Amino acid sequence: MTLSEKELEIVEILEKDARIPTADLAKMVNLSVEETEALMKSLEERNIIVQYTALVDWAKIDGHQGVTAMIEVKVTPKRGVGFDEVAERIYRFKEVKSLYLMSGTYDLAVTIEGKTMNEIAKFVAEKLSTLDSVVSTTTHFIMKKYKHDGTIFDQTDGDKRIVVSP
Amino acid sequence: MNRTKTYLSKTVEELKPSGIRKFFDLAAGMEGVVSLGVGEPDFVTSWSVREAAILSLEQGRTSYTANAGLIELREEISAYMNRTFHVQYSAENEIIVTVGASQALDIALRAIIDPGDEVIVVEPSFVSYAPLVTLAGGTPVIVNSDKSHDFKVQAADLEKAVTNKTKALLICSPNNPTGTVLESEDLTAIAEFAKKHDLLVLSDEIYAELVYDKPYISMASLPGMRERTILINGFSKGFAMTGWRLGFVCAPVEISKAMLKIHQYAMMCAPTMAQYAAVEALRNGNDDVIEMRNSYRRRRNYFVQSLNEMGLDCHIPGGAFYAFPSVKSTGLSSEEFAERLLVEEKVAVVPGNAFGESGEGHIRCSYASSMAQLQEAVKRMRRFLERL
Ligand SMILES: Cc1ncc(COP(=O)(O)O)c(C=O)c1O
Repeated sequence: MTLSEKELEIVEILEKDARIPTADLAKMVNLSVEETEALMKSLEERNIIVQYTALVDWAKIDGHQGVTAMIEVKVTPKRGVGFDEVAERIYRFKEVKSLYLMSGTYDLAVTIEGKTMNEIAKFVAEKLSTLDSVVSTTTHFIMKKYKHDGTIFDQTDGDKRIVVSP
Repeated sequence: MNRTKTYLSKTVEELKPSGIRKFFDLAAGMEGVVSLGVGEPDFVTSWSVREAAILSLEQGRTSYTANAGLIELREEISAYMNRTFHVQYSAENEIIVTVGASQALDIALRAIIDPGDEVIVVEPSFVSYAPLVTLAGGTPVIVNSDKSHDFKVQAADLEKAVTNKTKALLICSPNNPTGTVLESEDLTAIAEFAKKHDLLVLSDEIYAELVYDKPYISMASLPGMRERTILINGFSKGFAMTGWRLGFVCAPVEISKAMLKIHQYAMMCAPTMAQYAAVEALRNGNDDVIEMRNSYRRRRNYFVQSLNEMGLDCHIPGGAFYAFPSVKSTGLSSEEFAERLLVEEKVAVVPGNAFGESGEGHIRCSYASSMAQLQEAVKRMRRFLERL
């Protein structure tokens, strides 16, 4: 799908700030509010804008239990459906937060979130490794998130400029 | 014996302090100010550029460079100016790396001015121009641009200012504070004027990377203008590198030689660490420049439309990151408007008369602030206007 210049701009702006008021967004791209809303709707309908979400730093929340693991999965692709079938079997689990097909030494990169390491270990042992086409798994637990989807969690580059200058 | 006289130079004593200073003092002491008064990018220099400077320090590159600057930087500048603005300058002897565009302006003016020479300065413009002409021993002759022409200087007005002492004309596009970009026909008219009267043109193109609607045209790229143009540019605005203090000046050999003499005695060379950073900026920084430009353009669209909606009439600034709306509809002078807006709503702007008398009736708002800050500023300004 090719997007128009305005659609691309809208996507770029919303990807950084999905909560921007439509009236402000419309001004930024030099369109009327109605035109902007129509483009957004069309982007949503085409599933180009898939969802509007908030990026949460759970690590800051006391009492939050959560562990994230990245799992390298080697699989045997199936004739006719390639990797898609096994990928679907895996991504339908709600524990799976992301899944990518990779080039290189393994095939699928799976991100899993659970409450504890145990929970994740159990999921890998019981659900993932037991799938017919899965050949092997390597699990890496994430120790600390510094940056996610282009956003630095503890941004230190604040505005340090003097208030009035020539 | 006690000192019996003031030792200060009369020239310096007679210089007016910058009108911006007053607003800085007022705003600096306040809490919760949303500042649209800042004349620099809100981006931090890109990390790859910062990292290059750190590497240069780790490698112990802490000595002077050649007076004109690192040859590899001048070669990068030469290639950059050619590919971006279609002007050709030899890295060998037509480019000098300076301490900001500020120093480039200074050595350009000092290289050409004899006592009593006149330099035409177009206003409203950057606060340093007229004082720098004076400090170089020349006389600034002010020509005003006005809102009815979107602050584009008119050749007819330039004609009225020429005398037999006029040596040069100083222009700036995109302009601080008006954001106006001179288009092909405007530049041609100025070029014809300069040729007719055999004048040099000092062209301050520090905001050349920040134009939003049309490709940029450099004065030096016009037919017959390279030989009579001193082109000033730098890294402060387009590359978000104000604090590095790095700019450059391009001019034909003869003029470059003269500027280099001053630079060599007065400055030796620009900061070495910053020069290494600039090499990286020119080699790998173009994507960052494009991203920043897109971001400014969107904010400009938002902010200028918001100003017009709230009743502050503003032409669409083609470049830089300033909007220069008229406040005449409020019946307040620019200073009254700026002062009351600051005191009553804590939004800092700069009164237009800080950039020359012809800026009266306008305020300069920098939209180089986050969207969140701009949205807040719009809200407060609207409230302020409704109360007036
Ligand atoms: C028009 C203009 N010229 C020159 C400068 C000085 O730039 P630099 O930081 O390169 O000295 C500025 C900075 O505000 C400016 O607005």
